[in-house]
Amino acid sequence: MITQIRQLNIRWHTLFVVLAAIILLLVLPSISSDFQISLLGRFLTYAIAGLGLDLLWGYTGMLSLGQGLFFGLGAYCFAMYLNLETAGVRLPEFMGLYGVTELPALWQPFHSPVIAIAIAIIFPMVIAGVIGFMIFRSRVQGVYFSIITQALTAIVALLLVGQQRLINGTNGITEMRTVFSAPIRAHDTTIGLYIATVLVMGVVYLGCRALVRSRFGRLLVAVRDDENRLRFIGYNPVVIKTLVFMLSAGIAGLAGVLFVPQVGIISPKQLDIVASIEIVIWVAVGGRGTLIGPIVGALLVNTGKSTISTAYPDLWQLIMGGLFVGVVLLFPKGLVGSLQSFVTRFIPQSVSPQPPSSDDSLKEIKSVH
Amino acid sequence: MNILISQLFTGLSIGSILLLTALGLAFSFGLMKVINMAHGEFIMVGAYTTYFFQKFLAEPLRGVGAEREGLVFVLSIVAAFFITGALGLLLEATIIRRLYGRPADTLLATWGIGLILQQLARSYDPRNVPVTSPFWLDGRYVLTPGVGFPYSRLFIIVLALICVVGVYIYLYRTSNGRRMRAVMQNREMASALGVATRRVDALTFALGAGLAGVAGSALTLIGQIGPQLGTGYIVDAFMVVVLGGVGSLPGTILAAILIGTLNPIFEMWISSTGADSAASLGKVLVFVVIIAFLQFRPNGLLSLRSRS
Repeated sequence: MITQIRQLNIRWHTLFVVLAAIILLLVLPSISSDFQISLLGRFLTYAIAGLGLDLLWGYTGMLSLGQGLFFGLGAYCFAMYLNLETAGVRLPEFMGLYGVTELPALWQPFHSPVIAIAIAIIFPMVIAGVIGFMIFRSRVQGVYFSIITQALTAIVALLLVGQQRLINGTNGITEMRTVFSAPIRAHDTTIGLYIATVLVMGVVYLGCRALVRSRFGRLLVAVRDDENRLRFIGYNPVVIKTLVFMLSAGIAGLAGVLFVPQVGIISPKQLDIVASIEIVIWVAVGGRGTLIGPIVGALLVNTGKSTISTAYPDLWQLIMGGLFVGVVLLFPKGLVGSLQSFVTRFIPQSVSPQPPSSDDSLKEIKSVH
Repeated sequence: MNILISQLFTGLSIGSILLLTALGLAFSFGLMKVINMAHGEFIMVGAYTTYFFQKFLAEPLRGVGAEREGLVFVLSIVAAFFITGALGLLLEATIIRRLYGRPADTLLATWGIGLILQQLARSYDPRNVPVTSPFWLDGRYVLTPGVGFPYSRLFIIVLALICVVGVYIYLYRTSNGRRMRAVMQNREMASALGVATRRVDALTFALGAGLAGVAGSALTLIGQIGPQLGTGYIVDAFMVVVLGGVGSLPGTILAAILIGTLNPIFEMWISSTGADSAASLGKVLVFVVIIAFLQFRPNGLLSLRSRS
């Protein structure tokens, strides 16, 4: 019986993925303008970052307020490559303004796109690994983790603002006209970047799905639900937590790589605390602990944001604030999570074999008192 | 040396602001596990209280004598405490109360509240506005030629001292404070012994908000105020809570002073080596020190022992 349900589920899921792929890869590019496509491409990079956070928050129960930082660092790395490609044999333009006459050593590796992308993924992972290991090792738990990652984000953003000669400080890196020698604003480039984003998102999504269904995925949920018991059984939660934190940081960095050529600018403003919190709200709105949730959340919230904030710039912040409060009070499981429990209640046959979505309220109440 | 002393003094005054801010955070976190991201906006509300007092009360009271301006300022500090406290009470009763036991959710909801408060301030006036300090806070106390302490910053330090003494008396000399400590140490036992824990929660949250309001009032002495005034202090205030140990008054005081004064020391040290952007590097160093410190004492400098 259970195997039957599982097979049914897998069949539905395959159908869903194929349908989504057809819509995203074939239908939307042929009916949308370049502007809409690049907007959608950008939202999908957000969705990728959201998937990374969901692994960490939804499944492992650790709310990181540093994902925007990792996203931004990835974006910076690839922006440096794009900047060098545009500048050719000359120095990047902004360096002239500060009287820099020689390419700083830090920039040297970014001549190669492969190395730039590798650094964009590995560098956030290293930061997450070092900070995460130190935090988890001292058994700093729960919201402390959030506070410390937030402080880290604030400080690195500040640090980047101060580095004018190296990366143009507050203004950020803006000079990028070609990507892999194709003009960055051309129709074909826009479509190409968009399709690359869709494919990467598909791979990340399927990878995360395989991961959370694996033995490691169960360990993640175990960390979330009862870390002490897991420790008593003989696992080392420090290793598990550090690994998943690194993984989510790497995913965020990768998302940043795809983000920057579609937007054409990266500045410290884009990796401050607000950026990290926005990733959290996408996942919260969509539904943490479900992998569709972050994608739905990123698309919905950002579509809303770009529609409303062009018409009424002042209104958006009020709406976003209200959204935070409303989602937390009314739909703590997010849209997809609420829908799932709705479906489960009325059609018990379609129970998904996914781990219980974050019903951690009970556990947390216990730990408060 | 002279510069070092002045810098330390400035650091001490910033530490005082951090302390006033962090006390509320530490209590609401220690007591209710609420991560209040709107706490920075409580600072902002306090600052605007002083601004509005000056704007609307200074003129009618001017006839009584110019020195009254100081009276308006002092009055506004008291008002900031009560107005921000009332706002805290309102938020606790309407939103935060429903989220007890869900720390990550309180973080999100209070961040949303903060955004709304910021936007309300911005729709009043998006620019920064100045507040005139009372004339008796102009000038400086000259220690030796070359080393002077501005009266405004001395006032902030004294204000923080008064508040800390007040909090101490509240915590250790009143029945409300005793109940609060009891709930912090063991909620279930306190509740079983007849303490109305919900009421204690609400009062504590209001008290913390009120202290942040006082911090906001004090900040009007340092510079202009604006809708985003609080965001600059909230992260540091959280680090004070982490470093000091949750729910510990002495720990919070010590951590606030440390973070406030370490910043300028590191800054001076880095700028003496000739590096760019000493200010931001100084902050990085403080952060590294805190993380390293947590390796030895994960619960902070002085943490409250509890049996829960």
